[in-house]
Formats: sequence, C-alpha cells, structure tokens
Amino acid sequence: MNASNGTTSRLASILKHGHFAVTTELGPPKNADPEIVRAKARVLRGCADAVNITDNQTAIVRMSSIAAGVIAAQEGLEPVIQMTCRDRNRLAMQSDLLGAYALGMRNVLCLSGDHQTFGNHPQAKNVHDIDSMQLVQMVVGLRDRGCFQCGEEIKGDNPRFFVGAAENPFGDPFDWRPYRLAKKAKAGADFIQTQLVFNVPRFREFMRRVVDLGVTEKLSILAGVGPLKSPAAARYMRDQVPGMDVPDEIVERMEAAGRGIEDKKARTAAYRETGIQICVEMIGELREIKGVAGIHLMAIEWEDAVPIVTERAKLLPRPTLEPETSACPPPH
Amino acid sequence: MTAINAPVVETAGDDLNIVAFCCHYCAYAAADMAGSLRMQYPQSVKVVKLPCTGKLDVQLILDAFEHGADGVMIAGCMEGDCHYQQGNLNAKRRAAYSQDLLRSIGLEAERVRMFNMSSAMANRWAAAVTEMDETVRKLGPSPLRRGMKSAARKSSAENSSAENSS
Amino acid sequence: MIVAEQKPLAEIRELLGNAKRVLVVGCGTCVTVCFAGGAKEAGVLGSLLRMGAQLDGSAKDVSEVTVQRQCEREYLDGIREQVDEADAVLSIGCGIGVQAIAEQFPDAVVVPGLNTSFLGKPAAHGEWVERCAACGNCLLGVTGGICPIARCAKQLLNGPCGGSSKGKCEVGTGDSKPDCAWQLIYDKLKAQDRLHLITEVAPPKDWRTSRDGGPRRIVREDLKLPSTGGQK
Repeated sequence: MNASNGTTSRLASILKHGHFAVTTELGPPKNADPEIVRAKARVLRGCADAVNITDNQTAIVRMSSIAAGVIAAQEGLEPVIQMTCRDRNRLAMQSDLLGAYALGMRNVLCLSGDHQTFGNHPQAKNVHDIDSMQLVQMVVGLRDRGCFQCGEEIKGDNPRFFVGAAENPFGDPFDWRPYRLAKKAKAGADFIQTQLVFNVPRFREFMRRVVDLGVTEKLSILAGVGPLKSPAAARYMRDQVPGMDVPDEIVERMEAAGRGIEDKKARTAAYRETGIQICVEMIGELREIKGVAGIHLMAIEWEDAVPIVTERAKLLPRPTLEPETSACPPPH
Repeated sequence: MTAINAPVVETAGDDLNIVAFCCHYCAYAAADMAGSLRMQYPQSVKVVKLPCTGKLDVQLILDAFEHGADGVMIAGCMEGDCHYQQGNLNAKRRAAYSQDLLRSIGLEAERVRMFNMSSAMANRWAAAVTEMDETVRKLGPSPLRRGMKSAARKSSAENSSAENSS
Repeated sequence: MIVAEQKPLAEIRELLGNAKRVLVVGCGTCVTVCFAGGAKEAGVLGSLLRMGAQLDGSAKDVSEVTVQRQCEREYLDGIREQVDEADAVLSIGCGIGVQAIAEQFPDAVVVPGLNTSFLGKPAAHGEWVERCAACGNCLLGVTGGICPIARCAKQLLNGPCGGSSKGKCEVGTGDSKPDCAWQLIYDKLKAQDRLHLITEVAPPKDWRTSRDGGPRRIVREDLKLPSTGGQK
C-alpha cells in the first residue's frame, strides 16, 4: 500500500497494518463559529481512525473543509479534507493543498461535488476545471513527482497526502462502475469511500467484480454505512436521492419500528434505535466481504450516533499505533 | 409575411366587427347551409374563407385586431375529421398562442375563439356566431378601436380617408 | 445552429422605452429555424408593439425588415436607410446580429429582443437541445460522438459522477432532466466495442482554446483579400 510514500497519515498506517479501518464525517457549520466544530470533534474523538470534513456538501456554503479540519485536529481528530471540483480551479486547489499540508492535514478526498443547483447558491458559476479523477492524479503528482500539475517542480516541502476518492457502487451505468474504479486506481488513489450501502447483495456483486479486476490490490475500499433516523429519511433516500439503492425491506423495517407507539418522543427513539441496529448489522455483513478494508460511517447532523454504532459493532477501541505514525498533534 | 396594409374598417354606429376565418370544407359549408335555411343569427360576423384553418397564421389574427376587429372566430372541421388531416389542430395551437399574445398586451383572450363543426351543422354555425357575438359584446369594442375612431374622425375632419396604421 | 428565444414582451417594451420609431430587424438564418427571430416573428412582434403602444396611449411607429444573415456586413448594408430613420433598432437576431448592427451603425440605439442561449439542434418540432460548447478543441472522436463538455453538467472527462441514475443526470426534474452524457458515451462505445477509448484516465483539459482563454479569433491567411481603399 502507498502509506510508505512518506505520508504520516494515521489512516494510511491503520490500513497498512491490516486493521479494519473506520472513518466518519463531521459537517462544518453554516457560520464562522469554531466551537461548533470543537463540540462535534469531542463527540467523535476516539471513534474513528480519521474523520472526513465535508466541503460545501450539497452545494450549501459551510465553513471550509481545511479550516474546520485544522480546528478538528486541535481537538485530537485526524481529518480527511474533502475537495470538490465544483468550486475551485486547479490553481486554487493546489494553493489550498499546499496550505492544508502546512497546517498539518494529511488526507484528502477528491470529489466531483453535487451540482450547485441543489444548494443555496444555484446562481453561481460552477468551475469543473478538472474532474475528480484528474484531481486524484494531481494530488498524487504533488506527492510522488514533487511537481505541480503544470509540470513545474516544487522546490522545498511538497505536500504528501494520502489520497482518496469516492465511488458509488449503485450508480449507473452499473456495469461500468468497477472499471471506473480501476481508472481511479490507475490515477493513483490510495483509498476509496463508497456511497451508503443498504443493498448488501448488490454491493457484494460490485465488490466481486472489483476484486476480479485487481483493484483491491492497489487501493483500500471503505464501505459507506449510516444509521437511518426515521422511515421518512429511508423513503427520501430511496425515492429522491439519485444513485441510492435502499431496499424496501429496510424501509418497511423502519416503519414497523414505530407501529403501536403513541407517544411521539418514544416513537422517534424507537426509529433511531432501529436505524442504529440496522447499521450495526450492516457493518457485520460488510466486514465479511472480500476486499472491504473498512467502513466509512456517515451520520450527518447525528454525530452522537457514531460512538453508539462503533461501540455496538465492536469497533472500539481503535487500534493504537507507534507514536511516529500518529499524525495528529497532541490535544492541548 | 408582411402585415396586411389595409384601411381601418369603420362600421356603422356601435356595431361589432367580428372576423370569422372559416375553412372551405366544413365551416364555410355549414355557414352556407345556415344561410339557405334562413337561420337567424347576429350580423356582426364577416366571413373570410380559407382552404383550411391550417392556413391560418398568428399574424392574420393580429392583423385583424390591428385593423379594427373586436373579435376573431376560427371555424374548422371537427377534430379528427380535418380535410387536410391536422390543419385544424395546427389552428388550435395557433389560436391558443394568439390568446397568450393578446394577454401580453392587455387585450382579453376571449376575443379569439375556435369552433369545430361539420359541413352539415348549420345550427352549430349559428350557435357559434351567437356565442361569439355575445362574448365580444360583453367585452365591448376592442380598446384599440377607441384610438382608431378618434384618429379616423380627426383625419376625416381634415378631409382625407382613414389613416393606414403604421 | 444557434438557438435563442424571445425575451418577454414586457422586457422588450421596457428596453425600447419612449422610442417613437422602431425598426424590428429579423434574421433569416438560425433564429428563423428556431422560430425566435425570423420574418414571421418580426411581423408578430411589430404588431404587438404597435398595438401595445396604442393601448397605453404612447403610439409607436414600428416597421419590420428581415435580412438573410444579420451577422454579415454586406446584408446589413441594405438596411442603412431604415436604421437611420429609426429612434431604436430592435434586433431579433442572435447576440452576434445585435452586435453586428451596433458595430455597423454606430449612431443607432440597438436593443436585443432575444436571449441567445446555446449551440444545439432540434430534438423534435418545437424542442431544441444543447450539443456544443465551442470549446475550441473537439474531442468527439474519443467519446463516441457525444460531447461531455456540452452535455455533462460537470464537464467531466472521466465520468460519470456518482449522481448518474437510470441514464439521467442528477440535475433537473422530470422531463427537464438531461440524459447522463457519460451513460450515452458508455452505451455507444460498448455497442461499438470501443471501450478502450475510456479506460485510461483522460488528462485535464487545456481551456485556453475555450472562452476561458479570452475572446477568440480565427484568421485564415489564405482567404484574406488584398486591402482596397474604403473597406472597413
């Protein structure tokens, strides 16, 4: 694996040592308050090997991933900076990456980005100077060739990130997805985080093809999982979110959880309990699939669920590593 | 297609100007039969015969209004029975579009209306004309005519015929 | 072809303001075939402007003329007198036509009657779709004849993104959802057994040949005429 290329990423080390990795997400606030980031970070500390800091997710303006990542690192987390191709051109990207590395960031996830019509600034011009695959290539180039995208050599410290990308196993065209993942491996991606998995059989099929193509020898795949909050959330994901596959059994199970419970508070609690339970079971199944190197636990705006899920799925405590490989500065 | 260059039609008293574009095969025949049967219906309608209502251009409708029409009727074959297959369906689309155009300048869309009939339906013709007359009478003369009337009076006072508009 | 649509009448009337003598200039090429600014449309617009003005008591003298191609000097020469007589020229050519008139008749007040939208083709009678982004470096040869710059909402060269679903792009709703360009590219290349064209990572695009490089210009030395006195 590529952790030996000079990154001091904890996530890279965990994967290199063959541990089943756990990553999760922290959504920055829609304001300039660092305390919100700190509070979320404290909830997540110790539950995961690295925490993704989202980048204007669903094209809604939030505190920047790098800034929030630096704050989170001060609270003892290892961040995975996310960068979309929607908002920045190659100059801004490389500039931000130089700064992020200088500030101690060690992991970056390269994304296309949701279209800005989904967000709160639909009138904006979108950038898409390069796409997510070219971004992976570019970040790998900064590390391995010590060159900017234009070919110019970086004199002095070059950023050496552990590079990730996303893949949606349930997106169309289904047949092409494993090959596209192979392209990301060719581009030099070190790890992949997938879209939320609810349809395990279909995911199993996807992984079978991916393993066949030899992709898992080049990169580590973390399967996306997430606890459902309510049947409405399940239905929304099934019907409104493109590229998501939520089987009807799961929606029904969520609906059944609240039946017969009159009190609204108790019903909400029952839904959440079932959502967590389904997630824990899912993790158990995914661990058994060949080629799955870890999980990416997404509980957006429900960060409190992360310690519960990881505890019940017997993923805690996270492995300790040799001091040299730990990337985070000690918390003050 | 250039707009029709024609003098503004000045009618006697307060009577209405309704132009009826009729297709040769059905509507005109129906109108003819109504005449032969001596059916009674309002006199405000002036018939313009077209080979098919599909010949109708939006420009013709606008020209009619520009030159003093208070209402425009389009009468064609029954849907599905157009002698030229779909001419009346094309006319239907254009009639609807011309209603939008009239609305965009503040004229009432009801001043344009399409009717369908077969060549034997003399009573349908009479009913259509009656309905159209009633609708337009309720709306009153076209607001465009007010300007035209005063212009016409002004120029006849100056001893020339009604001005061409534009 | 260039595809445009008429601005709302209210906007056109506002742009014309108090101009008393208006010349509507149509174009006989692209905007005729997308039913936005041809002779018919010029006639209809002329009628509406006259009637509209009359109804609110302002009275405008509106005439219409349509030239074969509004972007070319020689065709505009023929309307010089009419332009000179007008207070305002309402061009219902594409944005190029509007500017050509403004350049050729510097004293004229020219306003646009259309919103020029894209380069595209008719998908059906009454429906036009975007096909070309004029990027200046055509890559259709490696994408099976389907353009990801014009037809992918994110201009991906290594698509699709995770939002492609059932052959549709994540953008838009219902009928307005575009096809996923990369689904189309994949289907085409697969059917033609040419998937090898997209198995390697396509490198970043050089956007200099596109609008990003600045306003563009093409010169063909072999076509340039020896300059004669008096030609602009």
